[in-house]
Amino acid sequence: MSCTQTIIDYGLRSLGYGERLLPRADYTLCQQFTLIGSGLIWNIYFAVLALSIGFVLANALAVARASRNPWLRRPADAFIFVFRGSPLFIQFFIAYQALVMLPRAGIDIFGLTVQTSWLTRAWAGALIVLTLNTTAYSAQIFHGALMAVPKGDIEAADAYGMTGWTRFRRVIWPTMMRLAWPSYTNEAIFLFHATTLVYFSSFPAFQQKGDALYYASYFADKTFNPFVAYPIAAAYFIAATLLLIWLFGRVNRRLNRHLPGAGGRVRYKPQLAR
Amino acid sequence: MFSYCTDPSSLQGLPWLSCYLTSGTHLLFYSSFGTVLLLLAITAPVALIFGYGGAMAARSRIAPLRWFGKIYTAMVRGIPDIIFFLFVPIALDQAFEWMRHQALCDSSQPVRQGSDFVVCDAAKLPLSDASPWVHDAYGIFLAVIAFSIVFGAFAANVLYGAMQAVPRAQLETAEAYGMTPRQVTRRVLVPQMWTYALPGLSNLWMILIKATPLLFLLGVEDVVYWARELGGAKTSAFTYPHPDWRLYYFLALLVFYLLMTWISGRVLDRVARRLSRGQATLAGEAQRKGAIA
Repeated sequence: MSCTQTIIDYGLRSLGYGERLLPRADYTLCQQFTLIGSGLIWNIYFAVLALSIGFVLANALAVARASRNPWLRRPADAFIFVFRGSPLFIQFFIAYQALVMLPRAGIDIFGLTVQTSWLTRAWAGALIVLTLNTTAYSAQIFHGALMAVPKGDIEAADAYGMTGWTRFRRVIWPTMMRLAWPSYTNEAIFLFHATTLVYFSSFPAFQQKGDALYYASYFADKTFNPFVAYPIAAAYFIAATLLLIWLFGRVNRRLNRHLPGAGGRVRYKPQLAR
Repeated sequence: MFSYCTDPSSLQGLPWLSCYLTSGTHLLFYSSFGTVLLLLAITAPVALIFGYGGAMAARSRIAPLRWFGKIYTAMVRGIPDIIFFLFVPIALDQAFEWMRHQALCDSSQPVRQGSDFVVCDAAKLPLSDASPWVHDAYGIFLAVIAFSIVFGAFAANVLYGAMQAVPRAQLETAEAYGMTPRQVTRRVLVPQMWTYALPGLSNLWMILIKATPLLFLLGVEDVVYWARELGGAKTSAFTYPHPDWRLYYFLALLVFYLLMTWISGRVLDRVARRLSRGQATLAGEAQRKGAIA
């Protein structure tokens, strides 16, 4: 079987298209590259959606946390404490067990029957957990940045007669993003790497539709050889991470474009904040 | 455990629960928390040593050593740690068995035969007639190595950054006093780097705590394993039948981890305050001003 044929058969296997049976004997390098790459689609799916939804929620949560109203601040604090203080792995298990307990037939809300079975699927259930998780971590980062916005900026906005939403949108928020962005890049990388955990927690891979690491461990189990499949998965992740750093670096450059000397070098400064 | 526990089926309510929670398997579950703490206690210092080695290698003047250090520190940036947790134990196991195969067996036989990894009986690790605790200990040993390699790489990042953060003038002054590079490292660089390294290392400790449930992936009978075993629905064939209680077991684990991270956070804050006392950093300056006011 030629490699092109393998790619046609297994290129979209993780989404359920193409050949149904996974290779069972004579595992070729091409098969391993194709299937693991196909699984990477799921990692990217989880990362992109969790990060984009989480970004919006985290902004709201960071502002709520900075609020003087205890009815906003306390729940925000508690949410961040629970999701940052406990392992993602345990969060997956709890979420899965809780979602499985929902009634099979669906829930009646105002006469409408809402189906619930899809929530136990990884594409939805795990996405919810990942989103909430990254929301908590990003909110912590954004809150720190919000607290670090220079007082002078806000006074200048006041002097221009800006208040409330206008002041936030045009002065505070851009500075907050600019300050938070290096840490947020870090969080995005951590979250992207955490997506590999999905199919190793409770969430089952229906019809063997799994992510990159799911297929890598499938091959490693079948061939008793970890030295091929895992490095392939690692190579995919290195490439994807470099792409992610490049993308976030572009945004960083845009956020800092008004500052002298920012156009030239955007150095990703690795830090460990999770 | 208690004297009235001889016939659990006749019990109700609180006595039943007290018997249930002190059954033999539950005691194993409680001791698995010890496994987690043991892993933390061993991994943290070993990872710190690995990290120190990695950071020193990355600063080395010898090019191949420096490349090794740079690659070691950079690898955890691009590759998910879970890949290492899956890869390292199998790879190490096979490496050990291969070495023993070369030494103890007829080494003309290839180790890889098709999709099988074959070594002779004498080279198996642990030996097939070893007692179960040896198998458990070997599993935990591999897990500790895997954790140490990954967290050593994280720690190497932190320590490398901290070494770079020590003011250059300090090192130059030491050199001007005629100290050898080795003396500069030992007397000036290492004592001063800790205050810069502490935020990163605290963070790392938190990440390490939150990574311990991954022991389950390595096949160790840890808290997650027991929570799944004990929580699963038990039919009346069991001494203590109950429906699926896994959610409650996992909630208990959640509370355990929240407590761990909360207590660690409090302790680390204290250490940070203690370490920044008298330091020429923002935190130290704030403390000085606070003391005057």
